[in-house]
Amino acid sequence: MGMTMTQKILAAAAGLESVEAGQLIQAKLSLVLGNDITSPVAIKEMEKMKTEGVFDKDKIALVPDHFVPNKDIKSAEHCKCVREFAKKHEISNYFEVGEMGIEHALLPEKGLTVPGDVIIGADSHTCTYGALGAFSTGVGSTDMAAGMATGEAWFKVPAAIRFNLTGKPAKWVSGKDIILHIIGMIGVDGALYKSMEFTGDGIAELSMDDRFTIANMAIEAGGKNGIFPVDDKTKAYLAEHASREYKIFEADADAVYDEEYTIELDKLKPTVAYPHLPENTHTVDEAGDINVDQVVIGSCTNGRIEDMRIAAEILKGKHIKAGMRCIVIPATQAVYMECLEKGYLKTFIEAGCVVSTPTCGPCLGGYMGILAEGERCLSTTNRNFVGRMGHVKSEIYLASPAVAAATAINGYISAPEA
Amino acid sequence: MKAQGSVFRFGDNIDTDVIIPARYLNSSDPAELAQHCMEDIDTEFVKKVKQGDMIVADKNFGCGSSREHAPIAIKAAGVSCVIAKTFARIFYRNAINIGLPIMECPEAADAISAGDTVTVDFDSGIITDETTGQSFKGQPFPPFMQELIAAGGLVNYINKK
Repeated sequence: MGMTMTQKILAAAAGLESVEAGQLIQAKLSLVLGNDITSPVAIKEMEKMKTEGVFDKDKIALVPDHFVPNKDIKSAEHCKCVREFAKKHEISNYFEVGEMGIEHALLPEKGLTVPGDVIIGADSHTCTYGALGAFSTGVGSTDMAAGMATGEAWFKVPAAIRFNLTGKPAKWVSGKDIILHIIGMIGVDGALYKSMEFTGDGIAELSMDDRFTIANMAIEAGGKNGIFPVDDKTKAYLAEHASREYKIFEADADAVYDEEYTIELDKLKPTVAYPHLPENTHTVDEAGDINVDQVVIGSCTNGRIEDMRIAAEILKGKHIKAGMRCIVIPATQAVYMECLEKGYLKTFIEAGCVVSTPTCGPCLGGYMGILAEGERCLSTTNRNFVGRMGHVKSEIYLASPAVAAATAINGYISAPEA
Repeated sequence: MKAQGSVFRFGDNIDTDVIIPARYLNSSDPAELAQHCMEDIDTEFVKKVKQGDMIVADKNFGCGSSREHAPIAIKAAGVSCVIAKTFARIFYRNAINIGLPIMECPEAADAISAGDTVTVDFDSGIITDETTGQSFKGQPFPPFMQELIAAGGLVNYINKK
């Protein structure tokens, strides 16, 4: 029986000829990741283990990004704990404020995630690296602790759903619209425990940043991972960012999928997920008058340079609606620098936006952009659960950077003119 | 091993943001997290929950973030078992790793009401609603996970190896 791309990567990492869905395996890890919220819990757990320290100081990444620069004393204590652990164990990939970025934008940029890798991260959006043809999945702090100590993790080999992408998306239709469309179609548990494997000629039309956005939100459909085949665009990205050797895996022609869907990219329209679930999707053209108090452009989903470029293109020479608050957060220092060099920062500030240093901040209601009772935000982030960005009676609509920029200008949910 | 308690009933897609809102994640102290457990979906939960009580929910319980603070908060609030139609995968893993008993059983989730007294026998996987007298067969853990749980979670399991 043939294997999916995910199954082939897992088989190789477990030292097995083949694996099948449902099988429990022990796999070697290429990278273990944690942030300032999850790492302190993992560090505490690791200290209970009878180990000699970490399995490999170069295969652990610690990225304080959620509540940094420290938002309060308790957050500062957490960051201090992570910093001291990194120092004690000589972790080479610890990223201090000033060098950091939102973890899932930062690690590919630093070349730490390459095709064929098996990566666990104590953050649910660790699935992002599937865009590069790696198996990567989110876990909790205890799994992170065990991963840091042993360099291994147990997995139940997932079954898969195949999404065959065809055609070319229209202008202003991006990776975010594609993944929101898919989540709307299959639901927030539509891929529960499974791999989401993307295939088809439409992939060639998608930039790496589009692919990162799509793989990033596999978790919002309940998926264990999302994964793309490696093509020329992937190789070009890796040539620019990574120096580590990598191995390309491909699904067998007779791989078994539980379900298969074809997504005609040319037929998709700008899409928005209404409160309070990412599956509550509607196209923008059917939205009607939905006024918005705040727009957020950023996050591990949509804070990369292409997201910034699209937002800047739409905001250039315009001003956001009077009374609107528009918060722009480049996801990494490198993205921030490129925004500076290309004049995007000037565009954003002249348009009336506020630009922040990289942080997860508002996405999870951490800090910077918290909503009051009754307020409504349109955000390029990934979750619109009750209370996610602030008051339990506030609302979050999820959309692409293009829709976010147009909405900031108009004051109501809208897409840019085609 | 058995657990018995009174039931708190929740619906579909209970996410980790309502189980423990991110504004409290600047702490990792179980007792402190427990004080805010389920706060954004049921402000009465923490006031009413007693040691041994249970949560019964519909599908995709624990969806969203990977925060282990979610099962930690539930366990520290005194909950002895969570029964749901399905669990989101990271929550499922985390619950096992920290030793919060969970059971997948769609039939039980459909039949059990808020306030019922329920007994769960973890060895047999039998869930009994003492209030209505109905019994259900929950999905028992695979042997590998039983080993993990018997060892007292992942940390002890690794220490024993």
